[in-house]
Amino acid sequence: MIPVLSVRGLKVSIRTDEGNAEILDDIGLTLERGRILGVVGESGCGKSTLIRSIMGILPRAATVDAGEIWFEGENLLAFSEAELNDGVRSSRVGFIPQDPLLALNPVFKVGAQMLEIMRWHAPDNGLRGAARRRAHVERLVSLLKRMQVPDPETALERYPHQFSGGQRQRLLIAAALACAPGLVIADEPTTALDVTTQHQILLLLRELVAEFGISLLFVTHDFGVVAELCDDLCVIYAGQTVEAGAVQAILDAPSHPYTRALLACHPDRATTFLGIPGSVPSPLARPPGCLFAPRCIDAQALCLTGRPPQGQARSGAEVRCVKFA
Amino acid sequence: MSPILRKLSRDLPAMLGLGIVLFVLVIAIFGPMLAPYPEDAAASHLTRRLKPPSAAFPFGTDNLGRDIFSRVILGARGALSIALTVVSTAMLIGVPLGLIAGYRGGWVSEGIMRVTDVVLAIPQLVLALALAQLMSPSLESAMLALSLTYWPYFTRIVYAETRRLSASLFVDALRGIGAGSGRIVFLHILPNALSPVIVRATIGLGFTILVAAVLGFLGMGATPPAPDWGLAIAESRTYLPRAWWYATFPGLAILITVMGFNLLGDGLRDIVDPRIRRSR
Amino acid sequence: MTADPLLTLRDVSVRLGGRKGFLQRTILPVQAVKQVSLDLHSGEILSLVGESGCGKTTLGRTILGLQRESEGEILLEGRRVSGLAPEAARRARSIVQYSHQDAGAALDPWWSIGRTLEEGLKIHGVRNASERHDRVAAMLQAVGLDPTSARRYPHEFSGGQLRRLALARVLLLKPRVLILDEPTSGLDMSVQATVLNLLLELRERFSLTYLFISHDLSVVERLSDRVAIMYLGRIVELGTAKTVFGQPTHPYTRTLLAAAPRLTGRRASGPSLVRGDPPNPRLILPGCSFFDRCPIAEPACRQSTPKLQPVAGDHDVACHRAEMAGEEGQTASIGAKRRA
Repeated sequence: MIPVLSVRGLKVSIRTDEGNAEILDDIGLTLERGRILGVVGESGCGKSTLIRSIMGILPRAATVDAGEIWFEGENLLAFSEAELNDGVRSSRVGFIPQDPLLALNPVFKVGAQMLEIMRWHAPDNGLRGAARRRAHVERLVSLLKRMQVPDPETALERYPHQFSGGQRQRLLIAAALACAPGLVIADEPTTALDVTTQHQILLLLRELVAEFGISLLFVTHDFGVVAELCDDLCVIYAGQTVEAGAVQAILDAPSHPYTRALLACHPDRATTFLGIPGSVPSPLARPPGCLFAPRCIDAQALCLTGRPPQGQARSGAEVRCVKFA
Repeated sequence: MSPILRKLSRDLPAMLGLGIVLFVLVIAIFGPMLAPYPEDAAASHLTRRLKPPSAAFPFGTDNLGRDIFSRVILGARGALSIALTVVSTAMLIGVPLGLIAGYRGGWVSEGIMRVTDVVLAIPQLVLALALAQLMSPSLESAMLALSLTYWPYFTRIVYAETRRLSASLFVDALRGIGAGSGRIVFLHILPNALSPVIVRATIGLGFTILVAAVLGFLGMGATPPAPDWGLAIAESRTYLPRAWWYATFPGLAILITVMGFNLLGDGLRDIVDPRIRRSR
Repeated sequence: MTADPLLTLRDVSVRLGGRKGFLQRTILPVQAVKQVSLDLHSGEILSLVGESGCGKTTLGRTILGLQRESEGEILLEGRRVSGLAPEAARRARSIVQYSHQDAGAALDPWWSIGRTLEEGLKIHGVRNASERHDRVAAMLQAVGLDPTSARRYPHEFSGGQLRRLALARVLLLKPRVLILDEPTSGLDMSVQATVLNLLLELRERFSLTYLFISHDLSVVERLSDRVAIMYLGRIVELGTAKTVFGQPTHPYTRTLLAAAPRLTGRRASGPSLVRGDPPNPRLILPGCSFFDRCPIAEPACRQSTPKLQPVAGDHDVACHRAEMAGEEGQTASIGAKRRA
């Protein structure tokens, strides 16, 4: 079976005042149908550029230098802007943003905003005009009911500020699902929420994946959330996928030195809080060898000369490190 | 400060504005040296009345035979000094009031802001005219009248900024380490509130030159024989449209100067608004 | 912990906001903190844990003196320091200092770091400029920054460095108690680890006592000696970190612990323990404030507000059904299962 989403060797750079910044160096990930893939990385690792590449909303100064993004058997990078708009964004790829308050226009009713998206992107099932709109309202109300938004009928007539943070996030999940996409991309959707609300949203997402037959790409920096929610995991460092595999396998036996160091920083794991010495190399001047080598405790002379090849660890994970080549 | 200058240098209209302002400033300072007939500030030469522009008199001469080119150059100093005096007086009144109203709150703040609103509600020109009329027409009374009508703009801006900054975290942190109100207001809030004030002041300089010219035109400002641009236009009315150069060149001087200040002010506002120094 | 506590709160309540109508509409105040009693012992790390709006930050600011307590007593080293006007309160409590959650926004963007750090010393009466300079340089080194940082401006620093600067700034004033408001929120995991490490180091070096305000249960469990769980302005459970995480007794604590994503591999499945969102703090209902969301509430819980009472030595719980909750806690035993 072909995966829903498969990114291979993606390389994206952005022109800046100081020069060409190689934000994504070599990203590879695979999201199988009906699964949840967690993409984990620290700030500046290229998470948001990755999301933008998949959705085709890179800033104008950015160029895709190499790589492929296969979505349900089609290469998205070959699509024109119009094709992405008509056939991919919203209709086949849903998006759940990080900050639900920023994503909603404060001066319009939430119902109007969500129906506007559906007017452009939802399947019409042969309906037109008022009948189509009625069908959309019905679908929205039933979705909001499913999202456990209180009073779904009247909720559509309310403004964004009249909802709590958790409820707003539920609205946006409903909006992402409204046009029946196959893939949903979530960008740290629970970071701004409280622990108990986050828990409810994570439970909801997990149920929705099974119920609506979607596949979920979940971008986060929180290993705890990944452990709770995801099936597969992809760890990104400085624009490269460094380790990818099943969540439980990686958490039980992390292989790449970066994954190991990062997990060792987690308060649930740490014996002493040492952090990772050094800092992420600047995207303006990437070192020639392994990008993690300057901070790696196991680095050898070999690591500083060439990019390490992809290898397989005993846990089954794909690892970009000479030790596993 | 260098990022502000760098950003400004990319903004073409703002650079044009800066160029004009600097140009006018140079003329204002070195006017008597640059003008071909500096004595024409007061002298009259009845033999060469109302001559059209020529090589000897590039802007022509006026009804008393004075070189308009020289008088336009000499007028720059007057226009600028009125504008600077008015705007700085207005700032001296408006900024402290805004700081007090913004930081103190309560009835003090209510009182200051309601008075500000009332003054703002009256059209500036009307109020200035009334005041100038009350105090016998002269340059000084025109300047006083303009100052007394321009301060509320500064109070409004500083009030809003002070309110915002008083609630900001760094002020909270300062209170936390035991800083007193004076230190917080003058060393921290004031410098942070200053950039929109500078923008307003720049635009205000242009605006004041315009209003001062209007007052001069209406006979409420500068008195003859001062080389005032507004006054020149007023005096030229009898000779229009035949002596077109009489009104045109002082008018252009006003237009270009005001535009210069406005372009510069708009450019500065664009830079200050996105708060580049806080972008991270 | 037999010595006198460094800081004592007795029935402290704080009302926030509210405005009498003068040309404006009258707004009722919010009871942000309700009858909190707490002892902070010298050298310990006490964590205040709760969700947003539970009053933990307000309580911290009240102890500092930036927020005025409306009722109750605050004792610092046995002296009464409550009931004072804000500026007088800050002077009386100068051995308490506070580090903001957003360390970057807590610095004046127009001031260089050196000037900002020296300012605190100036306010606290260090007149000699070279002494100030030397102490700033030494403190920058103590928090792991280069002394040349003094010449730079806040926007030139990363999130982790800003936390270090914030610590340096308050430590220069030689506090004994440091209130840390979410000192690691928004930081990357690897940076968070180094900041936590620094906090532990500084505590040793300057013999500090920490009041640690956080919602990150992983960090709290690792770092604290004692934990106070807050819900809608009240402390609902108070005990050593080991007891609170090992035998959570209040139903809210149990909910919170079950909801927190932890690395110990528990799959999010089964019914969610908690229903609904935290209620609006402006609504004042009689009885236990957790009533609406509590899985074991009974009608009696509506009648009166439960008091914080000991259920064991060093373990206090504010729940009418603590006995029953405790037993259920044993069987459900969330903490124990997680630890396995």
